[in-house]
Amino acid sequence: MPASVEFRAVSVDPILHDINLRIAPGEAVALIGRSGAGKTTTLRLVNGLARPTRGEVLVDGVPLTSTDLIALRRRTGYIIQGSGLFPHRTVFENVATVPRLLQWSETDTRAAADEIMRKLDMPLERFGVRYPRSLSGGEQQRVGIARAMIAKPSILLCDEPFGALDPIVRRELQDAFRALRSGVTILFVTHDLPEAMRVAERLVLFDGGRIICDTPAHQFITQPLPLVQRFVAAASLST
Amino acid sequence: MMATVLRATAEHMMIVAIAVGVAIVIGIPLGIWCARRARAGRAALQLVDAIQTIPSLALFGFLIPVPFIGGIGMRTAIVALILYSLLPIVRNTLIGIRGVDHLVIEAGVAMGLTSRQLLTDVELPLAMPSIVAGIRIATVVGIGVATIAAAIGGGGLGTLIFRGVSMVDTRLILAGALPAAALALVADAVLTLVERRLIRK
Repeated sequence: MPASVEFRAVSVDPILHDINLRIAPGEAVALIGRSGAGKTTTLRLVNGLARPTRGEVLVDGVPLTSTDLIALRRRTGYIIQGSGLFPHRTVFENVATVPRLLQWSETDTRAAADEIMRKLDMPLERFGVRYPRSLSGGEQQRVGIARAMIAKPSILLCDEPFGALDPIVRRELQDAFRALRSGVTILFVTHDLPEAMRVAERLVLFDGGRIICDTPAHQFITQPLPLVQRFVAAASLST
Repeated sequence: MMATVLRATAEHMMIVAIAVGVAIVIGIPLGIWCARRARAGRAALQLVDAIQTIPSLALFGFLIPVPFIGGIGMRTAIVALILYSLLPIVRNTLIGIRGVDHLVIEAGVAMGLTSRQLLTDVELPLAMPSIVAGIRIATVVGIGVATIAAAIGGGGLGTLIFRGVSMVDTRLILAGALPAAALALVADAVLTLVERRLIRK
């Protein structure tokens, strides 16, 4: 079940200032902005990797301060640049991490891994026993996606997941990601406008630790803000 | 003569094995602890570092008057060897754990591993090649240092060497030195193999 996420007057000194943001269950929101604008910190507040100095973060209406963080993290997918795969574990073992933490039966784990890896075009029978090191960057990131999504999380947090990939692989993964993303609330950090528009239906623009624009994706490029126009201009060649 | 050398070799191996074994049991948790707390960790590491700088003969001497663990004999030798073996094991455990890619740790935390699971399932396995390297160094150094333990009645191959020196009998010295060198080489080779195995995985 997708969860709602809410930020109430959240500040993280000295990075974020008075963030207010409500994300409905099942919504896909891209957090965009330049490096250091505060989007990654905002993302990390949702699974408790960062803590607010002031204000509250709520998931499904419950403040994180009165939530079991370990349990929350097990139902929150997290995809990062460079994938963060366990180098000493096989592809299957990596993908099986959360199901095993949740004590699924081996049969269920195997079946779920099989299903998600097939959707990502990396059949388990071919890739399951390999180690991350032997995979390309794009393949590693597919495994990262599978690992984050296998247990049907209620929230999916993505931090520049495709940032280190070449443009063609990047596009392929964006498409694979779009095909998988139903039934989950998504926060997707990127500084690439075309990517944000492809993966999200709502765009939130950060600058200097504040939200300066929050619009449906299709209305973003018509916003009159100078920073919006700079993003559009910077993206126009690469789209 | 052969029987004496064999017995001394067995005794030598036993002394080193006990010392390194105890140093592993103390050193790995200490290394983990040092990796967790930057300030206290540095202090603890400096302490084991300082022990390492004490000349081995002097360390054996210092231990003689210490009650319970000291005195003349094998027990004191083992205590001194434990102290020597600690440094490489503590330090390599610390380095191994600190060296784990922070993205891998972060991914583990974000997936809901408890800090214990993070340690046993991620940090220790990834630090293992480094820890084994520490054990290898401790063992090889320990085999050498243990020969000096004979000076305080510690037994082992050093007994033959000391006797050879005082009798100016080269054959007797070699009867102690050669098996000690062979032991060190074999231990080094075996543990290097283990280390490589772990790295390849």
